[in-house]
Amino acid sequence: MLDKIGIAKRIAKEIKDGYYVNLGIGIPTLVANYIPKGMNVVLQSENGLLGMGPFPFEGEEDSDLINAGKQTITTVPGSAFFDSAMSFGMIRSRKVDLTILGAMEVSDNGDIANWKIPGKMVKGMGGAMDLVASAKNIIVAMQHVNKAGESKLLPACELPLTGVRCVKKIVTELAVLDVTPEGFKLLERAPGVTVEEIIKATLGRLIIEGDIPEMVID
Amino acid sequence: MNKTVKNADEAIKDIQDNATIMLGGFGLCGIPENCITALVKKGVKGLTCISNNAGVDDFGIGLMLNTRQVKKMISSYVGENAEFERQLLSGELEVELIPQGTLATRCLAAGYGMPAIFTPAGVGTEVAIGKESRKFMVEGVEKEFLMEMAFDADFAIVKAWKGDPHGNLIFRETARNFNPMMAMAGKITIAEVEELVPAGSLDPDQIHTPGIYVHRIFQGANYEKRIEQRTVRKR
Repeated sequence: MLDKIGIAKRIAKEIKDGYYVNLGIGIPTLVANYIPKGMNVVLQSENGLLGMGPFPFEGEEDSDLINAGKQTITTVPGSAFFDSAMSFGMIRSRKVDLTILGAMEVSDNGDIANWKIPGKMVKGMGGAMDLVASAKNIIVAMQHVNKAGESKLLPACELPLTGVRCVKKIVTELAVLDVTPEGFKLLERAPGVTVEEIIKATLGRLIIEGDIPEMVID
Repeated sequence: MNKTVKNADEAIKDIQDNATIMLGGFGLCGIPENCITALVKKGVKGLTCISNNAGVDDFGIGLMLNTRQVKKMISSYVGENAEFERQLLSGELEVELIPQGTLATRCLAAGYGMPAIFTPAGVGTEVAIGKESRKFMVEGVEKEFLMEMAFDADFAIVKAWKGDPHGNLIFRETARNFNPMMAMAGKITIAEVEELVPAGSLDPDQIHTPGIYVHRIFQGANYEKRIEQRTVRKR
């Protein structure tokens, strides 16, 4: 089974040289730490920055320089600032190659829910609805099951949707799966996890073809 | 042109109860601190506020929520404010949550003189309920878009780094965010700046917001510029 860092490391393997990538809040933010050295990747922060760098050294925080999670960050050589309309302009016009975000539920046709729990949580969608509606490629980092052990990979989302038929790939603590027209396609197992455990944890349609390899993290 | 006013109190003096106002900023970054303080002092009520976020409990728009001056918030993300959540769940506060790109682009449309935009954000979700939609061909595939209307705000209040008496504005780093397009979208736009410089001392090539969009400008005082999430690494 993978921990959060394991999920982030596995997702980092999906990033290719030359990509512009938008990372959501939570596990997706951790992905930045595991992008292979020497690879040219530019991180987009939707509050108006291309070329997001690491957290600043202590004492060098700048209140004018934050990411979409409101954390203090830095720039890198070649960074550019812009306004929020242009930021979503580049998202909408599909200049961003890969979007990585978290989810509460994903359905086997690629619908995603991650912004609202009626009666409980009212935080809002932020930029997630814009990102999922326009992204060329969306990878979701999420927990396969909730704390009660119930599957979050469903035949249909129960929570209010963020976007429809948009998720392409999912990385959970148990598995890597593609979203296909026929349902979730199991690609890899997390270390020490059996196919049976993944079947048990998946409520949506699940396709298993041949031997499922264990994922390679490091 | 000289659009300089003395201070925030003078800049907001004609904002009346039930006005619709835009406030720039992302989180606590690039928010018009001086004008928010002045609005709290003036005590105007029944405001509809268009702003990406709603501040935190004791700073930013949170200050106006504590004094119950806000009737309605139009935002994309409001997760940082316990008082906000309490007023929302108890029905005291009306909230319209909209996608962040839609929020930005509805401001842009107002500033560009366009009545509406089409965006795919929210298609198939509860955001689409009651909205007109239309299909367009995109990269050879038919795709659905929602029609979203340009905002109609009485006032836009923005914060810039530098400005001049003409109202020309330059923003700094990610404190730019929603400020330029809100500046374009207000019937009356008020800009508070960290540094008000004489006309001619800003490089015309570097202006982000041309002064034509700005009606009043002043140099703010005592900027706190609070950091919401202080994240650092060790040397």
